[in-house]
Amino acid sequence: MKANPKDVFSGTYYIDGDVACAYGAAAAGCKFLAGYPITPSTEAAEAFAKLAPQIGAMFIQMEDELGSIVAVLGASWAGKKSMTITSGPGFSLMMEGIGFGAALETPFVIINIQRGGPSTGVPTRTGQADMMQARWGSHGDYEIIALSPDSPQESFEFTIKAFNLAERYRVPVMLMSDECVGHMTEKVVIPSASEIEVEPRRFYHGPKDQYLPFKPERDLVPPMVKAGEGYRLHLTGLVHDENGYPLLDCDIDEVTQKSTTRRLVDKIRANADKIIEIKEDSLDDAEVVVVSYGITSRVALKGIEQAREYGIKVGSLRLVTVWPFPEKRITELAHKIKGFVVPEINYGQIVFEVERCSHGKANVVLVPHGGAGVHNPDDIFEAIKQVAKNKEKYEGVVEYRTSLERLIFG
Amino acid sequence: MGKKTIGIRFAGFGGQGIIRSGIIVGRAVSIYDNKFATMNQSFGPEARGGACSSELVISDSKVLYPYVTVSDVLVVMSQEGYDKFEPELSEEGMLLIDEDLVKPKPPRGKIKIFSIPATKLAEELGNRIVANVVMLGFFTSLTKVVSVEAMRKAIPESVPSRFVELNLKAFDCGYEYSRKQKC
Repeated sequence: MKANPKDVFSGTYYIDGDVACAYGAAAAGCKFLAGYPITPSTEAAEAFAKLAPQIGAMFIQMEDELGSIVAVLGASWAGKKSMTITSGPGFSLMMEGIGFGAALETPFVIINIQRGGPSTGVPTRTGQADMMQARWGSHGDYEIIALSPDSPQESFEFTIKAFNLAERYRVPVMLMSDECVGHMTEKVVIPSASEIEVEPRRFYHGPKDQYLPFKPERDLVPPMVKAGEGYRLHLTGLVHDENGYPLLDCDIDEVTQKSTTRRLVDKIRANADKIIEIKEDSLDDAEVVVVSYGITSRVALKGIEQAREYGIKVGSLRLVTVWPFPEKRITELAHKIKGFVVPEINYGQIVFEVERCSHGKANVVLVPHGGAGVHNPDDIFEAIKQVAKNKEKYEGVVEYRTSLERLIFG
Repeated sequence: MGKKTIGIRFAGFGGQGIIRSGIIVGRAVSIYDNKFATMNQSFGPEARGGACSSELVISDSKVLYPYVTVSDVLVVMSQEGYDKFEPELSEEGMLLIDEDLVKPKPPRGKIKIFSIPATKLAEELGNRIVANVVMLGFFTSLTKVVSVEAMRKAIPESVPSRFVELNLKAFDCGYEYSRKQKC
């Protein structure tokens, strides 16, 4: 269905990535934001708070991130498209609620404007080191979807995409932006509502007394109802049956396992081909492939340009959805190329996924960055050169020593 | 300036409209001149009083590297900003200063220095708050990285409506100053 014209502020803007997220959320039909201010994400919440009265939405500043994430779950179950916005420290605090949301199959969006470093880290500078936490941060088995934008324009577009995927699969979706994209100001074009596709909530339409909140449809996703409209609804973080009732010790057998935890995982894995989005460039005859995401994919293009001028056949694979990971495509490429170069603003996260999917068929080189800045494109170029020249096959991930690392560690 | 990608830095202290300057030029270039312009700014305490800066990368194609590492144009409105960012200026760059606030060293290499009493001119116009826009008029005339038309469209969208007229006057003042060296 098309976006509601009241929610879409069509026009050409000069805004930063954070503010673009707020416009994207509005366009997607988000009606509830609960959050706690944290640099470098505050501008997004502030911008949404300003739009909220115009679109009939609510913004609530909660006491902390623990409260925020659970308020978002409540609003989603009340029938509203909901989200929260945070950065590293807040993201960590939200993990319990995110797992709760995944277990309850609650659609909502979490925008994480990543900062550099662990703990309080570097609040005003960038990082990409929450990527594994996005996938595995809460305990137990579940799957989520994560997207990574490279510009304010994509921050707008991917926020809409995030809401659509959340509603489609009844799953928490994370927009893994970062400080550089969040605080970067560029032109953003917001099209008219008729050009924006939004996924409506999958409401149940059958007889009231027959509703089972966790009975899936054919794609493994169950339809929802609004709490408070007379349906019998029981929601618990305990592993539950189709009624939503906790499974007792004696109930847990292969059948119930299959319909509970297994389905939380399968509804994403079985639909992965439909969810995964990647952007490929010049992969046909590539000897080296740069795998990157978010701001790094943009900076990497500069290194790729340099390598092409130098005469190296280098292609680019950009992860639009980081989770689920494009395992099949990476494996396919690993059989054909010399190696992968993976620049990321951390000391090795997605690179290990690339290595896992390479099955030892291609060399995998990490170009690390400790955060608080983006890569020097020269380093990416040098790493590409190294992989292209290399005739040896290495085991495991090889770390490229960047100019910065050499400067610091000699 | 015939280069494909141009790096510009505005520096001063918090409250002078340094970040706003980056936004105005970025908006003019990317929306009205149909080029690409990526703006970044300083955050934290320095944006609210200390040495504050904004940086703008302008290009004919999508800006890939979003930060300025070597600036082609440095616009400074405080001595601290000059001291901090002068070393970053290209040896062939342009240095634009508020002459009452910045005392530059003899220029390195082929750096060209252009001076304007921007704050004083703004005071004469009635409000020192538009000193940054006087500077932008001067900047537009000298660097030609952005068209006058684009700037005159971007300014009203970037300032409170009651100050639009004053800001446009300030822009013209700075623009004319570069030609006549006075308003």
